[in-house]
Parts: sequence; structure tokens; C-alpha cells
Amino acid sequence: MDKRAEAADAVSHVFDGATVMIGGFGGSGAPIELIHALIDHGVKGLTVINNNAGNGHVGLAALIEQGQVDKLICSFPRSADPRVFTDRYLAGQIELELVPQGTLTERIRAGGAGIPAFYTPTGYGTDLAEGKPTAEFDGRMYVQERWLKADFAMIKAELADAHGNLTYRMAARNFNPIMATAATTTIVQATRMVELGAIDPEHIITPGIFINHVIEVPRPAQEEELNRAGAVYP
Amino acid sequence: MTEISKIKLSNAQIAWRAAQDIPDGAYVNLGIGFPEMVARFQPDGRQAIFHTENGVLDFGPAPEPGREDWDLINAGKKAITVRPGTAFFHHADSFAMVRGGHLDVAILGAYQVAQTGDLANWSTGRGGVPAVGGAMDLVHGAKRVAVLTDHVTKSGAPKLVDRCTLPLTGLGCVTRVYTSLAVVDVEEGHFLLREKIPTITLDALQQVTGAPLHAEGQVAELVAPEDLA
Repeated sequence: MDKRAEAADAVSHVFDGATVMIGGFGGSGAPIELIHALIDHGVKGLTVINNNAGNGHVGLAALIEQGQVDKLICSFPRSADPRVFTDRYLAGQIELELVPQGTLTERIRAGGAGIPAFYTPTGYGTDLAEGKPTAEFDGRMYVQERWLKADFAMIKAELADAHGNLTYRMAARNFNPIMATAATTTIVQATRMVELGAIDPEHIITPGIFINHVIEVPRPAQEEELNRAGAVYP
Repeated sequence: MTEISKIKLSNAQIAWRAAQDIPDGAYVNLGIGFPEMVARFQPDGRQAIFHTENGVLDFGPAPEPGREDWDLINAGKKAITVRPGTAFFHHADSFAMVRGGHLDVAILGAYQVAQTGDLANWSTGRGGVPAVGGAMDLVHGAKRVAVLTDHVTKSGAPKLVDRCTLPLTGLGCVTRVYTSLAVVDVEEGHFLLREKIPTITLDALQQVTGAPLHAEGQVAELVAPEDLA
């Protein structure tokens, strides 16, 4: 088994109107090179699931700026430079589903774990729970939330082997391991490919069963550094 | 209102006061912005363990400019550092810590706090781009949910109110409020005044508070270090 692939080939399966989870929290853990490959691929009408809504004119912001995203599901669509999303949102050109961060996380986790719905205290009695079923458990009120699944997940890892076993780097882990579980096809960019057996099995964070394609991207770009340099993609 | 602006505590003094209530070894989440200041004022001999919801426990201070590693940030997207004891984890574990009752204290900012403990801190309800982040999760699960805030808005309106008029973050979730004039607990549907700055009278404090302030016995003096003013 060898899941190694080229970025352009891996993202070429993404179709118009697909739902795509993109890992990262701000720029930390964002698979910038995969997102840029998706821009080059040129698909439209995407629903994107990410914690944020992009920053500057690279990565997710560039994907939105190219008009490829119709809907965003996120918790915090603000950043140092959120103009790309903000302008489109205020002009009614992109739909936003705002989800509390822990609920977004758990909906993805549930999607990956085969749990169609769950109850959480988060959001009870607020505008973000409007219209959702509620129930009392042990004297406290909870909101029913549904799983989130995607056609594709694009994530970033540190080490990968040919089976797709992964480790992550520091706080760049964030949403990446859970998104890996919740998509039909998961594409990972890893900073370094290693031989099978080179990652101690005790240290594997994402087992390869969740991964379909592995792309090695040495020295990956950091969104923060690209933005400080005023980068624009394409 | 000019009088209040002359006697009120600074943000640093409010953060200092909140820090005095955090015991050694407590697991604490500090909200983005003003609440982050609390970390600077831990009393000598105490070391809280800070949680940031993007997946780090027990992180160190900001690095020197130019030494940032952008894989190592906090929830406010600012660079942090590792130190002995630091742990990394993914988002589902992070919010299990939050909702699962594992944090001792969450400290947040506020637009309004109601005497029932309802909190409004994520939306001014005026349109624009809505953003909530982890606020709605953080108010459920921590053993104590504390708020740091000015006692009144810039226009002088009370921020401690009978009922919140702005969109809610959570119902009945706040346990203590540290304001620029007082320390107030939320107990059984009312505000219980614990401390006030010595330069304001009870009557004057009540006038800038949007719901009745109750007291049990003597109200303590709220005095913060002058050099933080």
C-alpha cells in the first residue's frame, strides 16, 4: 500500500459543489499548498468547513477571493485582514453558518465516529440554537446538534508514512486529526515522508485508515509569514 | 460619569484582582484580549496552568519578536512558547476539557451580565459579520466563570443589568464579576456585592448598576496596586 500522490492529482477529484473540510486554526496547521492546488484546479460552488474565514489573500482567503466558495461553516470569521470574506458576506455573495467552536469540533468528531446527533449545553438559550431540538438531562438543558461530514478533507501533518500514519507539529494539530476522520476522501500534506516503521507506533496521532492521499510538502508556507510579506495567490 | 472615570480601576488593576482568586495549580482559560492580562499578575508562589482552546496546556510567554513559530499560537493567534510541562492535543480533546468540567476557571469579557448570571459577550446585534469562537462553549463546564469588565459602558450605561438586551452567550453561567468599581458574585438570581473601591459610596455604585446589589454583612474594600493604575 502506498498512498503517496502529487497535490494536483489528489485535488483533481474535488468536484463542483463539494463539501470540503480544511484543517488549521488561523494559519497554524492550514494546508496552504493543498488549498492553492485546489485554486489551480478551479472547482466552484464549494461548501468549506474551517474554524475561520481566511486572512489576507492566500490560502482559504484566496480560495474565497477566486469565487470558488458558496458557503462557509465556521466559528470565527474574523482575522487580522478579513476583507475578502467580509466584503463578500456583506454583499450577500457567500453564505455563513456560524457554529460555536466546540460544537463545530464535536459535530466533525461525531461525523467521523458515526454518531448522527448529540446533545451539548453550548448555545442553549442563544440565537445560535434557534429552531434546534432541546432536551433536559439530569436537570439541565441541552441542545441537539447534528454531525458534520464532508466529501473531502484537506489537512496538514508533520510526519507521514506511505500508509498515511501521521504526526502533527505543536498547536498545528488543532482540527486536523478530527477532520481526517469525517470525510469520504482525506488528503494530507505532510512536511516529511518517512519509511514505514520510522514513526514509533506509540506516537502516531492519526492512523492511516483515515487517510487516502499523502503529499510531501517540504518547508510548507506559513500563512502569517505570507501575509507579512503581502503575498497574493495566484 | 467623569467622576467615575477618575476613580475607577484600570484594566490592569481589574486583571490583578481577578488573578488573586486563582489558586496554585488551577486550570484556567483566559479569553482573548483583556482577560489575557490576568496571567501577568499571578501572586508569588502560585502557578496556574493555562489552557488555550486551539490545543495547548501549560504554555509559556510570548517569544521575542522575530523568534515566533507560527505553529505555536494561542486562541488569539498570538505566538506563545513551550515550557517544561506543555501538552498539545487536538480540538475535540480541547473542548472535552472545556465542556467536560475539567477547567477550574474561565475568564471572559462582557458586554452585559444579568443578575441571573446570563452573559452577553459575542454580538452587539448591530449586523456586520457575526463571530462567536469558543465563548459559548467556555461558559459551560468551567467550575467558575468569571467576567472582567468596566462597570459601565463608554456612554455610562450599566453593564450589570436586570436582563441582557444584547444576544446571549449563555444562560445563568457567570459566577463572579470583576468590574472597574466592584467585585460582585451572582447568587440565586441576584447580585451579591463582595467588594467595592473605597472612593465610591454604596448609593453611587447602585446608581450605575442596572439591578439591585445585595450584601451579606460588611462589604470589603477593593484596593489594587497603585502602580497598575
